[in-house]
Amino acid sequence: MKLVKVYVTLKKSVLDAQGEAIKSAIHSMGYSQVADVHMGKYFELNFADDYADLEKDVDAICDDLLANPNIETYRYEILEAE
Amino acid sequence: MKFAVINFPGSNCDMDLYYAIRDGIKQPVELVDYRSESLAGFDGVLIPGGFSYGDYLRSGAIASQAPIVKEIIRFANEGKIVLGICNGFQILTELGLLPGALIKNEKGRFICETVALKVVNNETAFTSEYQANEVINVPIAHGEGRYYCDETTLKELQANNQIAFQYCENVNGSVEHIAGVMNQQKNVLGMMPHPERAIEEILGSDDGLKLFQSIINYQVRVNN
Repeated sequence: MKLVKVYVTLKKSVLDAQGEAIKSAIHSMGYSQVADVHMGKYFELNFADDYADLEKDVDAICDDLLANPNIETYRYEILEAE
Repeated sequence: MKFAVINFPGSNCDMDLYYAIRDGIKQPVELVDYRSESLAGFDGVLIPGGFSYGDYLRSGAIASQAPIVKEIIRFANEGKIVLGICNGFQILTELGLLPGALIKNEKGRFICETVALKVVNNETAFTSEYQANEVINVPIAHGEGRYYCDETTLKELQANNQIAFQYCENVNGSVEHIAGVMNQQKNVLGMMPHPERAIEEILGSDDGLKLFQSIINYQVRVNN
């Protein structure tokens, strides 16, 4: 099996309200040197070993559903599943 | 003029919209299931508020893959009236029928209150019954209603008068106080505020009624 790990995050130009709230919570814990926090989403997709056009389809799934290109970017890695 | 109110799993303003059409402007209206694949016979499509698919992934993201969606896109491309309110607005941006996106409110809180809106463009199928710059009171109820688009898109929206409504006070941190936008052809409107909850004085405001009356009057003009 192939394991595809997809990470979706907000574009830098979009204010990450949750990341900001988490950052201020971290600061209030005393870790005042944490400069920036960004929150995103993480997906795991499993594919058969002989799946054709894997990257093409993962791109399409990300573009059409997992990420909203107006506000988010994504990256992914393809691994051998255990 | 016959309206379809689309019903997704998790829609919760569908009956309010149904009531606004049936009792507010006294027009024929039917609920249409998200699994349906036809909008034949309808003149207008209304996408209600709520939490379709529990807002999983992103508000409106999963609904934008439902079977009825192909028909909504066809309908919009034919220049017919499509109105999305609240979650309906989020679905329309996810579909790409409207520019931009709706993201978490700036302060991170769900806001539920009646707000003042300015009618920015009153020369559209949705707003012709309002005066230019008229201020109206309409309820909002959303956690992810902050309108976002990039600079280039904003300039296009302004140049083409696609901004229908702005918040008088920017309650959720939207770009340019935007509360409602239209597509280029101005037959598709998405808005976070709920005009269907403001159609009778007893509800606190009847300022929303003119939006639905505008649609009817526009259709009469088109047909003549």
